[in-house]
Amino acid sequence: MIYDVAIVGAGVIGGMLARELSRYDLKICLLEKENDVAMGASKANSGIIHGGYDPVPGTRKAKLNTEGVELLFAVAQALSVPCKRNGSMVCAFSKEEESVLEALHQQGKENNIPGLAVLSGDDARKLEPNLSQAVTKVLHVPNAGIISPYELTVAAVGNAMDNGVVLKRNFPVSAICRKDAAFAVTATSGETVRAKYLVNCAGGYADKVAQLAGDDFFTIIPRAGEYMLLDKAEGRRVGHTLFQCPTEEGKGILVSPTVHGNLLVGPTATKTETPDSKDTTREGLAQVEQLAAKSVPSVNFRQVITSFTGIRASEKSGDFILKASEKVPGLVHAAAIDSPGLTCCVSIARYLTALLGEQGLSLEAKESWNGTREDPCAFQKLTDEEKDAYIKRNPAYGKIVCRCETVSEGEILQAIRTNPGARDIDSVKRRTRSGMGRCQGGFCGPYVMALISRELGIPMEQVTKNGGKSYMLQGRVGEV
Amino acid sequence: MKKHDIVVIGGGPAGMAAAVAAYDAGCTDVVILDREPQLGGILLQCIHNGFGLHKLGQELTGPEYAAVYAHKVAQRNIPVYTETTVTGVSQDRVVTAQNRDGILKLQAKAVILAMGCRERSRGALNICGSRPAGVYSAGTAQKLVNCMGYQVGKRVVILGSGDIGLIMARRMSLEGAKVEAVCEVMPYSGGLTRNIVQCLEDFNIPLYLSTTVVQIHGDRRLEGVTVAQVDEHRQPIGKTKRFIPCDTLLLSVGLIPENELTRTAGIPIDPITNGARVDENCQTQIPGIFACGNVLQVHDLVDYVSEEAECAGLGAVKFVKGQAACKVAIATRPGNGVRYVLPQTIHTRATDVSLFLRVTQPFGKVKFTVTDGETVLATAKRLKAAPGEMEKLTIKKEQLQTAKGPITVSLEEVE
Repeated sequence: MIYDVAIVGAGVIGGMLARELSRYDLKICLLEKENDVAMGASKANSGIIHGGYDPVPGTRKAKLNTEGVELLFAVAQALSVPCKRNGSMVCAFSKEEESVLEALHQQGKENNIPGLAVLSGDDARKLEPNLSQAVTKVLHVPNAGIISPYELTVAAVGNAMDNGVVLKRNFPVSAICRKDAAFAVTATSGETVRAKYLVNCAGGYADKVAQLAGDDFFTIIPRAGEYMLLDKAEGRRVGHTLFQCPTEEGKGILVSPTVHGNLLVGPTATKTETPDSKDTTREGLAQVEQLAAKSVPSVNFRQVITSFTGIRASEKSGDFILKASEKVPGLVHAAAIDSPGLTCCVSIARYLTALLGEQGLSLEAKESWNGTREDPCAFQKLTDEEKDAYIKRNPAYGKIVCRCETVSEGEILQAIRTNPGARDIDSVKRRTRSGMGRCQGGFCGPYVMALISRELGIPMEQVTKNGGKSYMLQGRVGEV
Repeated sequence: MKKHDIVVIGGGPAGMAAAVAAYDAGCTDVVILDREPQLGGILLQCIHNGFGLHKLGQELTGPEYAAVYAHKVAQRNIPVYTETTVTGVSQDRVVTAQNRDGILKLQAKAVILAMGCRERSRGALNICGSRPAGVYSAGTAQKLVNCMGYQVGKRVVILGSGDIGLIMARRMSLEGAKVEAVCEVMPYSGGLTRNIVQCLEDFNIPLYLSTTVVQIHGDRRLEGVTVAQVDEHRQPIGKTKRFIPCDTLLLSVGLIPENELTRTAGIPIDPITNGARVDENCQTQIPGIFACGNVLQVHDLVDYVSEEAECAGLGAVKFVKGQAACKVAIATRPGNGVRYVLPQTIHTRATDVSLFLRVTQPFGKVKFTVTDGETVLATAKRLKAAPGEMEKLTIKKEQLQTAKGPITVSLEEVE
């Protein structure tokens, strides 16, 4: 069988492209090296829908950002992905930084960003009472928002699969060859997928995939960003996403609520060896703490529940690479999608679709296409009476498994059974929030393991944290 | 909505003892709600012995101790809702819960909070490095090993010398795992002395004090940890860093009373104990809502949990029967060398009152003094005192009757 399109990488770009292409009468295959989708930059980032004042006017980034904001809000709603238009503020702490704000304001106007305004520190503190007294002015960006990036990716891939896209996991691409007007994409396991068009959405490994395909004109420079996530007790510390002025050291540390009501602080920006080096460091976390306190001195860092590192897949030009290969016909790259890539994921998917059309891909709309997805958190939004009736029909929803986030067995089973089904502990966590709370899976972990084991029909010892050899258990008691 | 005199949230040692005490004091319309399939709480995974010496006069395992109380509950036909999770408590004492049958709403005359505690996680410590499988809190590992029959790992480092960590060091050794080290960031252990002797020394497991884990290594499964000694400010000393290969890291770094329901109900919490502020009947600052056991303060012995729960049970009965205590409250507060004192307020003048407290650091021979600013209300001497062992002091009712101002408990080291 020959697919019309194979997409390498099930991150937010690959996933959103798969969904966009699933509108058309095409055979599509999405290839992912990990055991789940959203395992790279899409999993660990700020989760911000950027207003669009930041990209240099006239660049592709600027255009896609301006278009992307509203497109993303619309798709998130269709896919029942939690998002919120909470607005953002860029904070200035000095006269020099105030002039940076003015420049950003000007740039934002050129990019057609609605509602931008520079506010005095005092006016900003009326909106954000916990903002530092040292903030002299802010750029207020009312169209900006927050979104759960991994839930967005899961929903996009799930919706694509519901519309016929095939997802192949644990498929790390090791060879690509082109013959008879089709690509043969081979995984380390030896399995081969054939497709007429190939789209490289491989994130941190996009340069390697390009090389395998015989194209070699860019190098991904992975940059690590460390974050800390705080308990919901700190989630109301701020309402807006608070940025600092970009300085020579980097874009600054943000303090933001998350869509689930936690507080997120970070990221740092350090060059790293490989896209896999996701260690947090003592220095990095200390820097996050120090700089976050500069914007919001009252953040209580004793409420940190976890910390993590995300990897940005940047490139030296600073712009996205969205283009058809000049060397290899049928190959399209979506590479170097760093910030604001999440904001632009829908506009990029549309851009890529048009690009594939220009390359000769036939785009014939399917009548059966359904762009909506059932809300996996629907149960939690019901009233007590509705919940009661729901539980009487589906008793599994009555059994709470994760007490910190109040997640029921029913929701966990739904996450395992719904496209793209969760297959490991972390996948369940990203879909349901089970284990995402303050005890970090201490209580629900063993129960979730048992559910995965039962549903997938595998022994407990085969249950993993995040695929590969990340086994949770090391045998039965009594086996020495 | 169903109505009950007393609704007990949690069927561990605290919940069971509170319900039994309330029943025996004449309040027979009492029910227990618990999220697990059977009564007993965390005791069910504590298959080691050492429970009940004070309270029952015999040395039992956790499940045996739980069975004693579960039997008392059954004898009295106290209704128990198992696999039922409470999702809300209101100040007018409506308890909302859910189970496989649906949503349950109970109107109680008095509510007893007995939800226990949870373990501090890796995230709360901000240990750097990667995030592989094989990093467990000690209690989670205990459940997997003891209740579910699985080995969590074969080569183990334990961070934190709290009692669960010490118990798990022995348990993992008995299951054939090699416990490479127990690291404790403080210059002393937070566990009971008997556990250090019986769980570490008897198994030749090294305890490294003033030492912590500074980095976690491994891509998918844990491959090792870097440990380092810390200075007096608990900052790692670079030159003492060393790598210990292991596939499992167990964390026993503190317990946190699980007060989410309490907070949501708007019940004031003590920032030191992380439990509700209570009076001598374990009544919170919201009338008719009581708290006992590890949700009130983290205990080291279950025997004292049962005792405290009985106090809460009796307090709830008094409330249901309308026997209000004196309205004038005296505050208690920690003085020199004392980290906290419970209860935080005393209403009664008619009975002796027990104060529970923990000291700030290990001491040798000490003398505790309880004063109201003018008069010494009670004193007690101990051969030694440590933060890991809770102290109990009693003020006689005669002394309380004349007590004037806030009551302070302090200690001084004596020769």
